[in-house]
Amino acid sequence: MGFVGKRLLGTIPSLIGVVIVTFLLSHALPGDPAAYFAGPAANAASIAGVRAKLGLDQSLPVQFMHYIVDLAHGNLGNALTTGQPVLTDLIDRLPASLELTFFALVFAVALGIPMGVWAATKPDSLADHICRASVSVAAAFPTFFVGLILVYIFYFLLGLAPEPVGRLNEILYTAPPRVTGAYTIDSLIAGDWNTFRASLAQLVLPAISLGLFALAPIARITRAAMVQSLGSDFTRTARAAGLPRGKILVTYAFRNALLPVANVLGMVFSFLLGSNVLIEQVFGWQGIGAYAVSAVLASDYAAVQGFVLMMAVLYILLNLIVDLLATVIDPRVRFEA
Amino acid sequence: MTAQLSVEDFSLVFRTRHGTVRALEDVSLSVERGEIVGVVGESGSGKSVLAYAVMGLQDAAARVQGGRIRFAGLDMLTASEGALAGVRGRELAMIFQSPRTALNPIRKVGRQIEDILRQHANLPGRDLRDQAIAALARVRIPDPQRRYEAYPFELSGGMCQRVMIAMALACSPFLLIADEPTTGLDVTTQAVIMDLIRDMSREARMSTLLITHDLGLAGEYCDRIAVMHAGHVVEIAPAAELLSRPAHPYTQQLLAATPTPRSTVEGLVSIPGQLPDLRHDLPPCRFSARCARHSPICDEKPLPWTSLTPTHSVRCRVPLWG
Amino acid sequence: MRATTLTRNIGHAFGENRLTLVAVAILLLLLLCAAFGTVLAPYNPLMTDGTAKLVAPCMAHPFGTDALGRDILSRVVVAARLDLGMAISAVVLSFAGGLALGSAAGYFGGWTDRVIGRVMDTIMAFPLFVLAMGIVAALGNSVLNIVIATMIINLPFYCRFARGEVNVRREMGYIEAARMGGNRALQVLTNHIVPNILPPMMVQASLNMGWAILNAAGLSFIGLGVRPPTPEWGIMVSEGASNIISGEWWTFVFPGAALVLAVFCFNLLGDGLRDLLDPRRRI
Repeated sequence: MGFVGKRLLGTIPSLIGVVIVTFLLSHALPGDPAAYFAGPAANAASIAGVRAKLGLDQSLPVQFMHYIVDLAHGNLGNALTTGQPVLTDLIDRLPASLELTFFALVFAVALGIPMGVWAATKPDSLADHICRASVSVAAAFPTFFVGLILVYIFYFLLGLAPEPVGRLNEILYTAPPRVTGAYTIDSLIAGDWNTFRASLAQLVLPAISLGLFALAPIARITRAAMVQSLGSDFTRTARAAGLPRGKILVTYAFRNALLPVANVLGMVFSFLLGSNVLIEQVFGWQGIGAYAVSAVLASDYAAVQGFVLMMAVLYILLNLIVDLLATVIDPRVRFEA
Repeated sequence: MTAQLSVEDFSLVFRTRHGTVRALEDVSLSVERGEIVGVVGESGSGKSVLAYAVMGLQDAAARVQGGRIRFAGLDMLTASEGALAGVRGRELAMIFQSPRTALNPIRKVGRQIEDILRQHANLPGRDLRDQAIAALARVRIPDPQRRYEAYPFELSGGMCQRVMIAMALACSPFLLIADEPTTGLDVTTQAVIMDLIRDMSREARMSTLLITHDLGLAGEYCDRIAVMHAGHVVEIAPAAELLSRPAHPYTQQLLAATPTPRSTVEGLVSIPGQLPDLRHDLPPCRFSARCARHSPICDEKPLPWTSLTPTHSVRCRVPLWG
Repeated sequence: MRATTLTRNIGHAFGENRLTLVAVAILLLLLLCAAFGTVLAPYNPLMTDGTAKLVAPCMAHPFGTDALGRDILSRVVVAARLDLGMAISAVVLSFAGGLALGSAAGYFGGWTDRVIGRVMDTIMAFPLFVLAMGIVAALGNSVLNIVIATMIINLPFYCRFARGEVNVRREMGYIEAARMGGNRALQVLTNHIVPNILPPMMVQASLNMGWAILNAAGLSFIGLGVRPPTPEWGIMVSEGASNIISGEWWTFVFPGAALVLAVFCFNLLGDGLRDLLDPRRRI
């Protein structure tokens, strides 16, 4: 438990850094938010009024204090586009993004790890080359382009996928009553199988497009880690001890390869959370990414900075979870900390 | 008495991108029940390749060119992978150098012993833990209950090697192959580990094949010693006789290069030249380029074995005696 | 000895690895488009044609036309300059910045190292594309700011790499010797350390180019930076996306394919370059 506490403390500098950066992004940059908030018809006096009201006439450290106090109260400001508090907007839309990211991650891991393991068990075979080639090709495809291609093929040409109208075709189905905010879970809670199936069907293409980009690093690192642990001394010991192949592959080689794979997950999360924005745009997904894009285009500062802050906090939390997982995988991590 | 292990005229090559490496050629060797046989040579002499070949764990690039390896009545070269896996760990066990990396770093050592017991010992599940602890106790690990829970990184190198030995002996094998078991350990620990291996072989009438570069160590613990050079076995003799009356020039040089309690650093001689490149065409005697006694007769094929006594053979046309 | 190894490595990179040759060919094609795009393009990329809207690929328009009747081939060719320009300038800037900051951190250690390290850690604490969005939103919606944002999010990779390399080399004999010979810190850095870490950093840079292209194109795909009707691959894909439902695939496939080609080319070049400079790291 000491380790968990230490690791939790370790996130504090990151959190402070993130808060400072979001503050700087919104307060200390060229451009005059006051002029913007005052609107196009404002004169010098009304701009000054807005500036005073927003506290922008005070020194940066004072503004920073106000910012911290506001954050502590969960006040991220109001969004111009929706007229709602930014935090409310974000919490409203977060489950949609998390649901999508989760399915994408599951897809990437479920495909990437077996691919990497398979390639590693037959190094330099045809399978290995095919795996590596497809992985490097996949890494060259922009997520949004993959999304569009999949829509074209599976919706327009084949008619297998539902229309890309977001999380649920609301003409045909009604959204389940909100419990977690994730439609797949909420529809299960409500016992509504049709809606569950429909929302799952809506998820398939965006999750695959998002996951494909994460696939490359996962498969690549799995292969490298497996090649290394299959060639390691302890795998040789296990073979010399006559352990069955499956046991050697899983308990000895794979469990040891998991640590590098877990370490690359941090980068994968960075990809996934970033590309989320693009995929939500392509599929009309009503998550925080789409919200942030419309906020950016409308120069809705508070909403954008709230989004950036929330994503950063989410990312820090995900990395924390990965680190904690690493200690479960490898006792040495716990020991060294 | 039938040999526990017999290697006959065994040849093996490695096919690499840069040519064929003739790693072992016409190697013959046997280990009797309860006997400790040392295989001694410089690194690159093929002694580890031989050990892995006996285990049936050759590198993917290895190709057997001829000969036979028989262990406890089983032809190791033609046996199925399933048959080999059944023998390994149960009747034939191996310990390695650098014990720390040879153990699974993220599995408790007790569990690693259990893995072997579960596979080979046909024990009910609830007895596995007790048996694993007993195996640790047998190699004189203090406080085995607590050590059972330890990860390799929590143990010293010597302790890790004891765990390796405990794993190897868990199923009371007929033959133990010890590949440089004390390399990297400090001198006191070396002696402890070697004493342990010797005591275990004596107690259980287990045969041991000790692979080492240290002729002194082999002389101290082995019944017989085979000297290897560049993929050839060049001399086999009872340990004491080999040390006192070496017949092969290479053995003599190895001896001169081996520190003993009485020798001084100045007295130590290094062996001139280096091992020949095994990818090229080689003379019948692969030592001839480094040999002071080399004469034209050495280049005549084939190079025969000469029996100096019923137990002492040398593969040299101009041996030091006899 | 060194020269022959290098020749052999070049031989390996090009001989056994034909893909590197392919990548070089693609790179030349892209650079040609970037340099002479306006001359090479068969049509004016901005010229609309009400009589030729959404024409499928044919002899006159090999890549078809978009919803405003503009020739897609011409737009794709002309866009090369902007797309490559954004990515290359961002990578060059982060290369230079990262090299300077990282060398300083690695060489001086202490507070310099801690402050720079902290700043880089903070950048890395964000999902990078999200941070880029935030930066563009704060600095203002322009192409220059896309370049700046892409530069900032790439900075930590170069900085850490340079820091690590400098740190290792600082203690090496020849640096010690240079220092004892009375060279000043800056001299030691520029004359003795930097030349040695440039080659591995070049590998990083070319592996990084593909990512920079994806990043800049992603930002313009969501409508940041580049304004219509400027031809740019990301925004063209985004414009073409609205034609999917009616099946005019060429409107987004060709600009998207150009992106893929460029990214793939730089990834291959990076791999090839790595093989060339450091054959041991071939995986």
